[in-house]
Amino acid sequence: MKSLVPLLIVLVAASGFGIWFQRTRGEFRRKKTINGPRMTQDQIGIALGERVTMVQFSSAFCSPCRATRVLLEQMVQSMPDVAYVHIDAESHLELVRQLNILSTPTTLFLNRDGVEVGRAMGTPKRNQVLAAVAAVH
Amino acid sequence: MQNIEIDARGPRFSAALTTVVLAVALVTGSIWVAAFQAVVFAIGAFKGPQFTPYAFIYRTLIKPRLKSPLRTEDVRPPKFAQSIGLAFAVVAVAGAATGASVVFTVAVASALAAAFLNAAFDFCLGCQVYLLLARLRSN
Repeated sequence: MKSLVPLLIVLVAASGFGIWFQRTRGEFRRKKTINGPRMTQDQIGIALGERVTMVQFSSAFCSPCRATRVLLEQMVQSMPDVAYVHIDAESHLELVRQLNILSTPTTLFLNRDGVEVGRAMGTPKRNQVLAAVAAVH
Repeated sequence: MQNIEIDARGPRFSAALTTVVLAVALVTGSIWVAAFQAVVFAIGAFKGPQFTPYAFIYRTLIKPRLKSPLRTEDVRPPKFAQSIGLAFAVVAVAGAATGASVVFTVAVASALAAAFLNAAFDFCLGCQVYLLLARLRSN
């Protein structure tokens, strides 16, 4: 038996991180300045939504990506001015770099011009998606 | 590309057992406990997380007692997490074998943190790490 100190440090630090992590997942983070590149139909693969386009980046090694996709695909059905597209991050690394996508799932919310207004990392809840879509203009 | 679905609760239970085993490794400083966990990680990483001894315990002792509905998930995310665990465990064993106890402690602590986050918070390692690795690799 050696010391319990390293174990306690790891558990306390990981718990702190875990609580923060769980609270911030899915949260819509608005960009301070809306000055990013204009995404085009060629880049994302679908025509931009009339008002909002949700662009989800996923990878095969990510379980919450599927839940996010199911939620957004279902929600977009009842939002006629919103478009949704799902992109495999690994096969679009160029775009991933340009948009600085760091983890999956990341969902970007683009305005009618195709410029990113904000993003959500992790699986958002239904009301977080509604709030994010409402915040785009 | 394989696309096998497994019971999503299995990897979470395995992560809890992994947390306990790595905690023992960290406290005792035992290379053997770390080596045992490395072998478990290797099975999970190469064969699949549903083939580890922990998954066997889950299937025989835990699963029959669970009442929550079966939820399946793609096997690739937990398999990827096992390979990250394996990398840490190998570094830990190598550190202990060469007398670098700081390397051992840091590597075991890192694997422990990941396993604990997975067990307690359903933290998905592949979500956070895979894309960064893919970006690095293609640089």
